[in-house]
Amino acid sequence: MTRPMIYLDHAATAPILPHVREVVAGAMAQWANPSSQHAAGRRARAALEDARARVARALNWPGEVIFTSGATEALALGWHGAQALRRAASSVEHAAVARLAEGGTLIPVDGRGLVDPAALPAADLIAIQQVNNETGVIQSCAPLGEAIRARGAVWLADAAQGAGKIALPDADMVAVAGHKFGAPPGVGALLVRSLGLISPRGGQERGYRPGTENVPSILGLAAALEADRGWLARAADLRAWFEGEMRALGAEIMGEGAERIPTIGAYRLPGVNATAVLIRADMAGVAISSGAACSSGSLKPSPTILAMGRSEAEAREVFRVSIGRDTTQDDLEALLMVLRR
Amino acid sequence: MIYLDYQATTPLAPEAREAMLYWLDAGFANPHSPHRPGRAAAAAVAVARDQVAGLLPPGGRVIFTSGATEAINLAIMGRRPRRMAVSAIEHAAVLDTARASGAVVDVLPVSPAGLVAADAPIAPGTDLVAVMQVNNEIGTIQPVAALAERAHAAGALFLCDAVQGAGKIAVPEGADMIALSAHKLYGPKGIGALWVRDGVELAPLIHGGGQEGGLRSGTLSPALCAGFGAAAALCQSLWKSDAGHVENLWKTARDLLPGWALNGDADRRWHGNLNLRQPDLDVARLMSDLRDLAFSAGSACASGSGRPSHVLTALGLSSTQAKSSIRIGFGRYTDPGEFAEALQRIDAAAAAQTSG
Repeated sequence: MTRPMIYLDHAATAPILPHVREVVAGAMAQWANPSSQHAAGRRARAALEDARARVARALNWPGEVIFTSGATEALALGWHGAQALRRAASSVEHAAVARLAEGGTLIPVDGRGLVDPAALPAADLIAIQQVNNETGVIQSCAPLGEAIRARGAVWLADAAQGAGKIALPDADMVAVAGHKFGAPPGVGALLVRSLGLISPRGGQERGYRPGTENVPSILGLAAALEADRGWLARAADLRAWFEGEMRALGAEIMGEGAERIPTIGAYRLPGVNATAVLIRADMAGVAISSGAACSSGSLKPSPTILAMGRSEAEAREVFRVSIGRDTTQDDLEALLMVLRR
Repeated sequence: MIYLDYQATTPLAPEAREAMLYWLDAGFANPHSPHRPGRAAAAAVAVARDQVAGLLPPGGRVIFTSGATEAINLAIMGRRPRRMAVSAIEHAAVLDTARASGAVVDVLPVSPAGLVAADAPIAPGTDLVAVMQVNNEIGTIQPVAALAERAHAAGALFLCDAVQGAGKIAVPEGADMIALSAHKLYGPKGIGALWVRDGVELAPLIHGGGQEGGLRSGTLSPALCAGFGAAAALCQSLWKSDAGHVENLWKTARDLLPGWALNGDADRRWHGNLNLRQPDLDVARLMSDLRDLAFSAGSACASGSGRPSHVLTALGLSSTQAKSSIRIGFGRYTDPGEFAEALQRIDAAAAAQTSG
């Protein structure tokens, strides 16, 4: 890269934490297969099981931890593994769930992007994310959990954007992605309250996920979850200041009025196409995005913004700014300079 | 510790590790992001894809997956076969997935030497045949080119699990899909690939963001891709010297261990695999006597299950014979002096069992 980039796209992927990098690079020397019975294999197994316990502890998760290649695979494992006839998902899910839920019941959201816990459909499996990846809107997890339990349904929660930052939702199955909180990409986990919730397929991870475990990245996942979270309060202050400046520019804040995670914000400048904003920012060395990274190459407007009752034209004016542990006021000021031009 | 379990996993090549470090550091961006750091990460993925493709035939595409298990699942489930033929000695990733696919599964037997007949009959109506290139337990090299031809003549596609052969011997000819694993060719764990011949249609297994041409959603790891790519490129430049090194070690082993029976054919075999047995050998005791030697009592995935290896029983070995077998795997980083010492100690410890 020719000059330093100001990175405001932490929701797409976050920088790998320095201590995590050390752990992963160090663990690459410990390359034995954890299924091998010899001493080297047993050492790898011990490290893997220790990481499993540490992940559960760091997330305050009372159930089981199944390591996967990421949140997308974890969600597929939970969705396909659940024994459920009637399936429903919110209309603001990440594509990883939205694609699975095609043909199932879609649960609407209000203008702020929130599901109404009193208006859930009859279903055996309900997928509702914890934090929206485009707007940062946090669902009303406590009442949702009660409502879902009251119907005897199983709650599959995509917590890719919340895990490692805020407390996990009280769901039955929770998907996490390492690369959203400072671990490398290529590793994640499905947390399940009990293994009885999903069907085994044979192989590793006690029969729930075949394939040799990626021990270095798994150790990195555990180390990243153990990092301090003090920076989130700082991020909240920074974001509050930034949004004041954005309002002064005439921007609308998507999901305003709902509880939102301090790390993600979606903004609309009426009359300004988000793609133009992205290109101008990129040329100025500022990395932001227009929604999810995986869909950002597509020309379709964001289903999340549409589900919040916006028109296609409005949806095309929404861009995402997502901050992280090391984001400074100067970084955001650089973006504001681009937007003020 | 002397590592003699190269079929379970290989040491990470220093060059592969080196290639990964930048992408764990400044190059962390999401390769699917259109901004500049994202494009840099995408370029690294593209370079790695070309490096991996260098191990594979022309006329196809490389789809990155979390490993060979997922690649095999994608190949089988993605084809939705109605009738499959699989060899009796396939890895569990193929056998379990074939059964889970709902297809009628015909099993192609192997000879006592561990080889599928090149003219094995393929039942009419078969739409997918899966035979591995090199067996993971006994190292036998299957006649995949001939079997691929037979599959095509029967109107079926041919899937080859090339996990143990890729980067070591020539690519399997005639396959329509080939599964690879990085950590079996000195790359990192957590990444593999499915090569798919142009024109072969597949349905995705993991849906979502639509990465990998929609066939495999999920954020790719630039670090894992770069490590896989570097390991593949290294195999391409070193495969001759690697094979020569392995051949020398093989000769050493055959000289040093005359009292052991070899499981599987001696010649049509990857010579980095020694699967040996002695009558009434107590393998658990042998392993505990030799704690600083890392060898295997069977394939790593099946070991610990208590079941005799399905591969060894397919050769016609009794359950007792199968359970008195060990696997010694070696390769690029095996030191000849250490290797000879390890074999002598294994031989002596086995002899002590029968004399004691």
